[in-house]
Amino acid sequence: MANLTKTDEQGLLKDQKDFLSATLHRRSFLQYAGAGAAGIALVAAGCKKDRMIEGVYLGSGDIGILNYAYALEQLEAAFYLQVATSFYSGATDAEKLLLSDIRDHEVAHREFFKNALGTMAIPALEVDFSTINFGSRDSVLATAKAFEDLGVSAYNGAGALIKDAGYLTLAGKIVSVEARHAALIRDLISNGSFANSEVIDSNGLDKSRLPMEVLGIAGTYIKTKINASDLPTS
Amino acid sequence: MNILNILQEIEKVDGEVYERLSPRRKAMNEFFGFGKKVAIASLPFALGSMFKKAYSQSSADIEGVLQFALTLEYLEAEFYTRAVGTSGLIPAGAATGAITTIRDHENQHVAFLKTTIQSLGKTPVSKPTFDFSAGNGSMAGPFADVFRNYDTFLAVAQTFEDTGVRAYKGQAPALLGTGGVLTAALNIHSVEARHASHIRQMRKARGANVKPWITGKETGIGAAVQASYDGEELETQAGIKITNINGQNISVAAATESFDEPLTKAQILAIVDPFIV
Repeated sequence: MANLTKTDEQGLLKDQKDFLSATLHRRSFLQYAGAGAAGIALVAAGCKKDRMIEGVYLGSGDIGILNYAYALEQLEAAFYLQVATSFYSGATDAEKLLLSDIRDHEVAHREFFKNALGTMAIPALEVDFSTINFGSRDSVLATAKAFEDLGVSAYNGAGALIKDAGYLTLAGKIVSVEARHAALIRDLISNGSFANSEVIDSNGLDKSRLPMEVLGIAGTYIKTKINASDLPTS
Repeated sequence: MNILNILQEIEKVDGEVYERLSPRRKAMNEFFGFGKKVAIASLPFALGSMFKKAYSQSSADIEGVLQFALTLEYLEAEFYTRAVGTSGLIPAGAATGAITTIRDHENQHVAFLKTTIQSLGKTPVSKPTFDFSAGNGSMAGPFADVFRNYDTFLAVAQTFEDTGVRAYKGQAPALLGTGGVLTAALNIHSVEARHASHIRQMRKARGANVKPWITGKETGIGAAVQASYDGEELETQAGIKITNINGQNISVAAATESFDEPLTKAQILAIVDPFIV
């Protein structure tokens, strides 16, 4: 938990993405190189594909998972900030209040991870919302539903990847709030769909997804390349 | 979660899981062949029996969490089953539909936990006798009209769901390192939070001053359920103050809403005690 209380210094600096990327490239390279001959072969292959070592490096272990959560919270916060800047046409006062609340929650989550990670935090990600029509209720709520359900499944799937009990509890504190959001957004789209069979199976269990699947889905909305190659997979 | 994937997930954490479970990999392959054919309902049994063999040292801890969870699910399942079965209590249409959905999930959780406990070679705790008035068996507690008054029913439902969320959250660290069991518990935890969100919106529509999320330690119900909300007013997480964090316009209310707080087993048992005869 020591890292969590470190004050954030690096995160407050702006426009350091290039610097960080360069540093992280080297770090990744050294990690692979350190793995020996097989590792070097992998680097060679990776360099050609430009996938293994390119992009913002999330890190490994619990730090990697926290950066992964930070990335998702950045996406959600950016989305709701844009939603609340100019609400879709026909938004009721109740809807505006609820969506503003969610915006605040996601910004709080984003800033929490930024400070908790301190110098280990990834930089600000660039989002791509070109597929979303922010003037349309249907488009905004459908995207919100996708993000919230994805977030719930991401935290659910990340739980078993976390080694530290304190971090696990923190993830638990956030995921239930995401689930409250998910249910509300679903009910705004169609009352009563808060926990329907799209998301809940016949054992009454919600979905969980591993990081690679989540990042594959979220990637549509994130312009910045993310290197999740060292995240725990189990 | 797709429970069929649990073993594959465990394999990623514990590369020797198959050796633990069976000295013969072939036997495991046979199990997978079997697992894909059986009904999903029988999977918890297979899962638990394998854990029993593989991780016998920690199975007592796992069992403790599962038995505790089962007791809470019994409470919720019977509560909603009785409510749906009480004619005239819940308005027809959307309300009955929602409560029926929630009832079904709680019954599924009971079945899932019972089967998993049995497959650990343990006996599931039996269902207690409940007093949903919170009267400790007098049936004359603060919620005496719980099955006659729809608003009382919704208030108790909200408390059960919000408390259930806190209970599962509090148990998660005890399941650290258990792979699929932790994931299953988390997958129940978020379902309870979805229920809580919807029940709170149902109450909002009836005039209660609540939102889908918990603001401060406000109950929106009254002092009788305060213990279920105490601690939710936390503004600081892991030493980081959330209110106005990094110059962002985050109010105290939003800071407290952004994070749900866990409760210990002892705190939960004290909360549900008046509901158990």
